[in-house]
Amino acid sequence: MTVPPPLALMMELTHRCPLRCAYCSNPLALEPASQELDTASWRRVLDQAAAMGILQVHFSGGEPTVRSDLEDLVGHAASVGLYTNLITSGVLLDSLRIDALAARGLEHVQLGFQDCDPAGSESISGFRGGFERKIKVAGWLRQRGLALTVNAVMTRHNAVRAGALIDLAAELGARRVEIANVQYYGWGLLNRAALMPTRDQLIEMTAVVEAARQRLTGIMVIDYVIPDYYAKRPKACMGGWARRFVNVTPTGRVLPCHAAETIPDLAFDRVCDRPLAEIWTDNMAFQKYRGIKGMPATCQHCDHREIDWGGCRCQALALAGAADAVDPTCERSPNHDEIQAIAAREAMTGRTDFVYRQRSLG
Amino acid sequence: MTGNGRRVVIGASSVPRFLPHVRFQHDPVRDRWIVLAPERMFVPDDIAAEILQRVDGARTVATLAGDLAQDFDAPAATVTLDIITLLQDLADKMVITA
Repeated sequence: MTVPPPLALMMELTHRCPLRCAYCSNPLALEPASQELDTASWRRVLDQAAAMGILQVHFSGGEPTVRSDLEDLVGHAASVGLYTNLITSGVLLDSLRIDALAARGLEHVQLGFQDCDPAGSESISGFRGGFERKIKVAGWLRQRGLALTVNAVMTRHNAVRAGALIDLAAELGARRVEIANVQYYGWGLLNRAALMPTRDQLIEMTAVVEAARQRLTGIMVIDYVIPDYYAKRPKACMGGWARRFVNVTPTGRVLPCHAAETIPDLAFDRVCDRPLAEIWTDNMAFQKYRGIKGMPATCQHCDHREIDWGGCRCQALALAGAADAVDPTCERSPNHDEIQAIAAREAMTGRTDFVYRQRSLG
Repeated sequence: MTGNGRRVVIGASSVPRFLPHVRFQHDPVRDRWIVLAPERMFVPDDIAAEILQRVDGARTVATLAGDLAQDFDAPAATVTLDIITLLQDLADKMVITA
């Protein structure tokens, strides 16, 4: 049986980032700048992606704008017909760079916000002046006519300001806002006890989002992501393992999801060694958990199997100790009650002792 | 770029068009039509794809309905309603404006 090609490519151009967000989902072992793929290699990845039927590319990181070849790569992606998204903190952008990116065919920018004020933003990101810069960047993006998404990353520290963040996004001219609770991977998992909202905060946030959706129908789309620790069912992580997304790390390792390297017995290929389409089809890491046959037995027989696609393998490993266990955020997992209790307990600790993300080595 | 802070309401006299940075194109690998939008994509069904192929920023919904009613030998009133329902949904998803 042939494997349908992915729809989207996530290009983590670099792990370098001027921000040090405590919730960062990058791996704890950041890849060094000296080993990042060069421009020609990334261009080949884009060529291969378009040829195999990928439709969208996400330029991500780290902070992708630290790469001086970003404009070149955006232009190349557009020239091979890919829809281009830039996922950025914005703090390194200026109006000239935005003009250059737009001229090369950039369609959409997802601008990350840690809070709706300077103090809250600085506290989570360990970076001063970021908030003010983001407001300027949003203005330049709007002037230039680019599509803007505001990505508001939610923790218990800003949960109460979900409504204010939605209002800010609307004022900035965003067409879309993500009220995205932290997904606890990498640095985020390390800092979970200092970030997790309470269940009451989440209930309030959900009500705020529902009301805003009514009010802003046709004006701004609101995507809402809850921490699945409080959910009955897991999220359809990556839309299903090796089903819709392919992720390439700064050094060219090809992953089914950005956290897949936490699973120890998977062997990954590099884009320099093997064509992307071949990796997608044949690499053991992609094959291992792909489709219904790659799910835990409980999931294979579950009527939600093609809704949540068995949840998240990395989360199963992190929380239940085995990548092939039922994702513990699912109520059918034997660990489900324990996970909910951990979240509730950690949310009440009042801890603010973040371990700020390191900057990548040179 | 967004609209003007008001919901677009689609009616028979609306002139629909795709929002900037929304692309409606044929996907040759999967042989189907697709809408590409910021970090999202929509796969229209066959009827929706027929409608969207006629959305050009020049013709009104009523004109589109007349053309489709003729092409598919269907009652114009039903077709008009189908088009309005589809395009209102896509306007609310920030895909279509008018």
